[in-house]
Amino acid sequence: MGIIRAVNLIFDYIRHDEETDKDEVSHALRGVNLDIEEGSFVAILGHNGSGKSTFAKLMNGILLPSDGTVYISDMKTSDEEHLWDVRKTAGMVFQNPDNQIIGNVVEEDVGFGPENMGVPTDEIWKRVDRSLEAVGMTAYRLQSPNKLSGGQKQRVAIAGVMAMKPQCIVLDEPTAMLDPNGRKEVIKTVHELNKQEGITVLLITHYMEEVIDADRVVVMDAGHVVMDGTPREVFSRVKELKRYSLDVPQVTELADELKAAGMEIPCGILTIDELVAALEPLLKRKEA
Amino acid sequence: MAIEVKNLCHIYGQDTIFEQYALKNVDLTIRDGEFIGLIGHTGSGKSTLTQHLNGLLKASSGDILYNGESIYREGFSMKELRSHVGLVFQYPEHQLFEVDVLTDVCFGPKNQGLSQEEAEARAREALALTGLDESFYKQSPFELSGGQKRRVAIAGVLAMKPEVLILDEPTAGLDPKGRDDILGLVARLHAEQGMTVILVSHSMEDVARYVSRLVVMNHGEKVFDGTPREVFRHYKELEAMGLAAPQITYVVHALRERGIPVDEDITTVEEARDAILALWKKAKGTGCCGEDKTC
Repeated sequence: MGIIRAVNLIFDYIRHDEETDKDEVSHALRGVNLDIEEGSFVAILGHNGSGKSTFAKLMNGILLPSDGTVYISDMKTSDEEHLWDVRKTAGMVFQNPDNQIIGNVVEEDVGFGPENMGVPTDEIWKRVDRSLEAVGMTAYRLQSPNKLSGGQKQRVAIAGVMAMKPQCIVLDEPTAMLDPNGRKEVIKTVHELNKQEGITVLLITHYMEEVIDADRVVVMDAGHVVMDGTPREVFSRVKELKRYSLDVPQVTELADELKAAGMEIPCGILTIDELVAALEPLLKRKEA
Repeated sequence: MAIEVKNLCHIYGQDTIFEQYALKNVDLTIRDGEFIGLIGHTGSGKSTLTQHLNGLLKASSGDILYNGESIYREGFSMKELRSHVGLVFQYPEHQLFEVDVLTDVCFGPKNQGLSQEEAEARAREALALTGLDESFYKQSPFELSGGQKRRVAIAGVLAMKPEVLILDEPTAGLDPKGRDDILGLVARLHAEQGMTVILVSHSMEDVARYVSRLVVMNHGEKVFDGTPREVFRHYKELEAMGLAAPQITYVVHALRERGIPVDEDITTVEEARDAILALWKKAKGTGCCGEDKTC
């Protein structure tokens, strides 16, 4: 039994049209079943409108299911009495760092979450120290968040979530607004949290390069889970991914095209080194 | 027709302790009909530079000539400049505000002094260029998807018939399909309308496929200026600046280091595939590749 379980999860957005007095319903999730193991690093991929962000918002009770159930550590998100415990267990990091930073000083911002939970002051400071250390932002603790880069702000936001000591963190496209350096910083930080602190990570993204180190990749399309496996398994199905309007890393695409042309290259190449190692023996001129 | 940037400097917080060069001695000539990629990491000065090109920011020193005329000359019409040089900001959909799509796109041309009919004709033309279906014209822009909103926002700038179109990170936050759609649209505008396009981006992979010239900014200075091939040859220096060359560039260089003679200027998946297959056929030697005359 995993830390996050979605059972037959359905979510509809209902919009009421006042002129016609009719409800328009759009089905964002159409029966999602997922069981996420504690301590794992799971990436959720999907194009815009595939339902992945809706799924994220259901994880800590920002949205409640239209039907079906979400269990966080065996607590139902729809039970109001558990709502705060659910949110303490599953922390969220959103896309836009500017929308989730409220403090005037970095350390105050990180302390906001635990303070809100009623954690004693000296314990708050301990958590702030530890969280800033974990995301590598200790040197900036007395600075104004406004003067930080996007990647740094996002790391502060992650520290803020960490300070609440959640068992899992859900990140909804945390790198969409960052440049390549910022993206690398954030992804590296998230991996470290997963490995060193044992925090379960649910990373929602559409950058394929960010998911190749995940333990598991889940692909969503039109409110369904359509692919689920290790990065290697998922990325070996290049055509299928493209059908879901997703990209594969350039090396994977190149490997796939070369394979299609008859070269003997293993399935699911993910890195530059793998591709080069596979190509070298095939391209070296045979010494006559 | 050209924009000439001469020795441009922009200093933020001049004469305060926060004084910082956002642009430092930038020289750049943008010729008519060019398709330029402007690359740099966050804080490199690329957005600051684009905002100078239509006079939103004023240079601390240096000059910008539009068709040979200084835009800082007294009496120069900034309003006219802005209708010639259209700027699509980052997240342009945040600037949508009207009740329906068509009215929103009409805002620009009406502001230029056109009548309602003329403005609407322009708006329809611009929306058609972006490929947005007519059934959306009377919908609220806020109910569209991210990619559709962005098309509306771009149409709003196109409706003013700019000669130069500057897009600041037009694909940020879009999924791969939305990204390909928008970049395809921009490439089409360049090819079919002959528009001069400046595409600001930090994604090398995106830019390598479309543009004919790349300008790389770092710490407020122009560091490289040339064709994508020329610029990507400096992939190690690009990396040191926090920019990555396309993955393919790394594959090509790694193969070359192992003594496999792949053309070092390859930057796209298609080029790499063709080159590798050609080498593979050669390496296989005689007897196995019937059509190859060298066998």
